[in-house]
Amino acid sequence: MGMRWHLYKKRLKSTWNVYKRNKKGMVGLTITLIFIFIAIFGPYITPYDPKKIDKTAMWEPPSFKHWLGTDNLGRDILSQLLYGTRISLLVGLFATLISMALGTLIGLLAGYYAESLLGELLERVIDFFLVIPYLPLMIVFATVMREMEIKLPLFWIVIIAIGITGWSGTARVVRSQTLSVKERQFIERARSIGAGDFDIVFRHILPNILPLVFAEAVLTIGGSIIAEAALSFIGLGDPTHISWGMMLNYAFTYAAPLRGAYWFFIPPGLAILILVLGMTLTGYALDEVLNPRLRER
Amino acid sequence: MLEVKGVKTYYLTDEGQVKAVDGVSFAMERGETLGLAGESGCGKTTLALTITRLLPRNARVISGEIYFDGVEILSLDEEEFRKIRWKDISIIFQEAMNALNPVRRVGDQIVEAILLHENVAREEAVDRVMNALEMVGIDRERFWHYPHEFSGGMRQSALIAMALVCNPKLVIADEPVTALDVMVRAQVLKLIKELQSKMDLSMILITHDLSVIAETCDRVAIMYAGKIVEIGDVISIFKDPKHPYTKGLVKAFPSIYGPRELPASISGTPPDLLNPPSGCRFHPRCPHVMDICKVEEPEMKRINGKQYVACHLY
Repeated sequence: MGMRWHLYKKRLKSTWNVYKRNKKGMVGLTITLIFIFIAIFGPYITPYDPKKIDKTAMWEPPSFKHWLGTDNLGRDILSQLLYGTRISLLVGLFATLISMALGTLIGLLAGYYAESLLGELLERVIDFFLVIPYLPLMIVFATVMREMEIKLPLFWIVIIAIGITGWSGTARVVRSQTLSVKERQFIERARSIGAGDFDIVFRHILPNILPLVFAEAVLTIGGSIIAEAALSFIGLGDPTHISWGMMLNYAFTYAAPLRGAYWFFIPPGLAILILVLGMTLTGYALDEVLNPRLRER
Repeated sequence: MLEVKGVKTYYLTDEGQVKAVDGVSFAMERGETLGLAGESGCGKTTLALTITRLLPRNARVISGEIYFDGVEILSLDEEEFRKIRWKDISIIFQEAMNALNPVRRVGDQIVEAILLHENVAREEAVDRVMNALEMVGIDRERFWHYPHEFSGGMRQSALIAMALVCNPKLVIADEPVTALDVMVRAQVLKLIKELQSKMDLSMILITHDLSVIAETCDRVAIMYAGKIVEIGDVISIFKDPKHPYTKGLVKAFPSIYGPRELPASISGTPPDLLNPPSGCRFHPRCPHVMDICKVEEPEMKRINGKQYVACHLY
């Protein structure tokens, strides 16, 4: 068994060595890691309780006391921003997990059974989700789930609404890759040693497209974080949690731009922008490293 | 042990029926290695796919019977045959065709073959695969490696181990050394010969390279345009070929020890299997063509001992 782990480590190291040379990828990874660090330790390093109302310090501009100023109720913006990192990242992560599971499964089946009715049907479903603009679709899902009074915290309803709208891109990529992988010789060999459809799809095709799914996932997290911000901004988020989208929502509800309170809406907006940029750079770099055809030597 | 009787396998295409295998019969005994030779497109591989029932979707077995240990295998349903395939009849795939999944460990892929057919614990299967790898000259610990960490010759050896791991009675090797370079080819052929004597294997070896057959086979069947034109023991066929096509094939190989002469080629082009020539299919290219060849199909005739030929000359 020692050999096995040794090989595993070696392989990881060689992947890392290729990744290391990708400058954009390293910038993206650094940004991402900083945000992950904040997400984990943010609540412990916030200078103030992000929900604590201070009527004596409303609409304060940035100062040494409040580095990023305060909001309409005198709550510290920096604390909210640090705290919100965790919520935004968590929503992005869970929604992406749902998207990846759905996208991979549907893409695999649509590709593997492409010649049959099932494949044809799934392909139409993928196309449908691809062409419908995701924001209205997500709003509909979120609203319907709220109206159905599902016994689920709002936090999870938001995640599910984002997750079940964001899988079609992944499904399309997985489907086309499956179409190509299933024609390869080792699939025929696997079938001739007696492997059934289940074995072939999950043991032979899936491992071949997993790196692609991985890269796709990193890209989707960014999209999911924006989606969360969008939902929260238009008031479909979970008001009990402070996320960046929720901060933007409050800022605009209380007319921060009109009051000139730039410190209220610029930090969360910038945070979203930078994190998504970091994730996207990381995702593209991973795609280049893990997809041999794109690898730059 | 294996008896093929009048098998016809056609491909259905938009232009019509391609008669890839058109009435092939032969029998094999246990422990015997039969070489199947002929130019590209003569139906060798289609015959192998018919025996292993791995034909592509547009191929049909029009007629014929194949008996394996007394059981007619063409009429078995897919589920029944799946038990026979690999357990009783296995295949050595061509390494050049990327028969190994690049993202799974070589060992795991061979273990899969055992677990799909035998009810054994994974640990036992792993152990057996390691032994099988050792048998084909690969280090046990290589079990954990991925195909790209193997050399071409090792991958071909691993595929041989995969074919043997369930102790099959019959192994079909389709061009097992075709894509390998000369040194590696010699190693793999040596390995095949060793295993033949060690395991008492029965084997059908398909190749267009007569030297491979000369080195490994007991008997050889020469195919032309979907039919076997000559079959017999290797020595008779190489020393004294009867069919004009076989003669052409043997002459096309330069002899190292004989007098210096240019290898001869067979004139003409391979026949169109959509509309094969009438009578003897070789007649448009045959140097000894007679009137009867154009109208009547020759029957298999016994020449001497084990040598049979289908030609009007005899």
